[in-house]
Amino acid sequence: MSSFLAAIRSEFLKVFTTRVWWGLAIILFAYVAFAAAGAALLFANIPGAAGSSGAGGAQSASEMLTQPGLIYGFATSIGYVFPVLLGALATTGEFRHQSLTPTFLANPNRGHVLAGKVIALTGVGALYGVIALLASVGLGGGALAISGIDPQLTDPDTWALIGRAVLAMALWGAIGVGLGAVLPSQVGAIIVVLAFTQFVEPLLRLAASFSEVTASIGRFLPGAATDALVGPSFYSMMSTQQDPLTWWQGGLVLFGLAVVVSLIGYATTWRRDVT
Amino acid sequence: MTAGVTIEFNGLSKTFGAVQAVDQLTFHVEPGKVTGFLGPNGAGKTTTLRMLLGLVKPTSGTATFGGVPYAKLPVPAATVGAALEAASFVPGRTARNHLRVHASAARLPASRVDQVLMQVGLAEAADRRVAGYSLGMRQRLGLATALLGDPGVLVLDEPINGLDPEGIKWIRGFLTALAAEGRTVLISSHLLSEVQQSVDEVVIIAKGRLAHVGTLASLDAADTLRVVVNSPEHDRLATALTAAGYTFDQARSGLVVHDVEAIDIGRVALAAGIPLSALSRHRSGLEDSFLALVSGGEDHA
Repeated sequence: MSSFLAAIRSEFLKVFTTRVWWGLAIILFAYVAFAAAGAALLFANIPGAAGSSGAGGAQSASEMLTQPGLIYGFATSIGYVFPVLLGALATTGEFRHQSLTPTFLANPNRGHVLAGKVIALTGVGALYGVIALLASVGLGGGALAISGIDPQLTDPDTWALIGRAVLAMALWGAIGVGLGAVLPSQVGAIIVVLAFTQFVEPLLRLAASFSEVTASIGRFLPGAATDALVGPSFYSMMSTQQDPLTWWQGGLVLFGLAVVVSLIGYATTWRRDVT
Repeated sequence: MTAGVTIEFNGLSKTFGAVQAVDQLTFHVEPGKVTGFLGPNGAGKTTTLRMLLGLVKPTSGTATFGGVPYAKLPVPAATVGAALEAASFVPGRTARNHLRVHASAARLPASRVDQVLMQVGLAEAADRRVAGYSLGMRQRLGLATALLGDPGVLVLDEPINGLDPEGIKWIRGFLTALAAEGRTVLISSHLLSEVQQSVDEVVIIAKGRLAHVGTLASLDAADTLRVVVNSPEHDRLATALTAAGYTFDQARSGLVVHDVEAIDIGRVALAAGIPLSALSRHRSGLEDSFLALVSGGEDHA
């Protein structure tokens, strides 16, 4: 087996031999399930609810907010922080526990090690995508059905959205690895991830939507690119984007981000002396 | 097991900013022997070993295994097994899983994991998380990691540090047996006494520079004889020794005379009619030779 394949295999093994991955997976499932099912129940039951407004032609607020795609999109719109965190922990943990020493003794090809990590965490990110979608489609869709709204599970568009959501979560896992290599301080990386995804990016997207020029730049923010890839989220509904990226453009933005941060991490911290 | 090869250091140097951590080290470590790599803390031992293993980039010079740098070995862990002091383990992972991860990354058969766990005596604790391990158990796990590839060369940084007396006895026998199989065994320590029962050769560095290379016995060459003598009539004894042409140092236990035999001093005292309370002969010992070499390095700096 080549050293590259060995790196991928051992990086998978690293993830699944500590408890972090399933701890985060449980929180991810609970968080997405709560948000998706909660939103479905809440918006389906606001006055003038689904089924009663068909005659007027215009969509009611309730109908707009209970589109199954929007509910299912909670898997990524709030869940994407989890694969990023897991990816960042995979790299920062090596610095924090000084395990880079045995890692580089086992495989001195540092480029292969980092690439193996990126690929392994892309895989685990996809697994997180599946877990998050089980929550948003399973419980969110169930809540829609209880409220008398068609969960559209036979619609191929729904399944295309599910596939794109898994892809988005996978790409975020890769971004996390690169980010961790750029910011090897574990606490620092966690703070940056949480602050950016939960606070800075939503604010930026809102602020960017006030003028056309900034809005066209705002489309390339990672969260906005995720929405472009997966489908509209509550964030994208709040900001009035004129011309969002297409789904594949959004995917390319995330892919490019993963490549760029990984390369920066490799060129800076990853090649340093391990003392 | 792969055959032991010679470790070759050639003009190896490392500068960290303004600090010359390792300065022009050139020496060889031969197979079939245990070689002690000695020096006080901060002498540059760990930096030297990290350069040998490709973890730290030398400023100049080379360190190779039979001419091949670590990173260029086809399957490095099958040729060289290493355990470094700071090689800490992810605390949430069990010993067995740590070894499984290492085996898969290093392209070694997973079947070796159980074998090395038995070899270092960790089989029963293998499924406990490393967070609960004592320092001695971590040392054993480090050694198990190094042995995974059944390598012909072992490089161990402070492997005895933290072991209990039973563990020390065990590792001494273990290292001697590995060398007897024809492996190259290089172990570092800051205490000569810690390794003097297990090493055949010594390489001593101080302030990043080579201070001594040779057999353990070669340290004896620097050894000197001295005699400690004391008397209730201390001043008369001093006068008599001076009159007889001896120079001496004052110590708490009496007067210390170098390069003489006890009988000569006894005769001086008898001739002068001075009663003695102590008269003894001392060898300075390996530890003193070691300290002299190490502090000698300081004088150059």
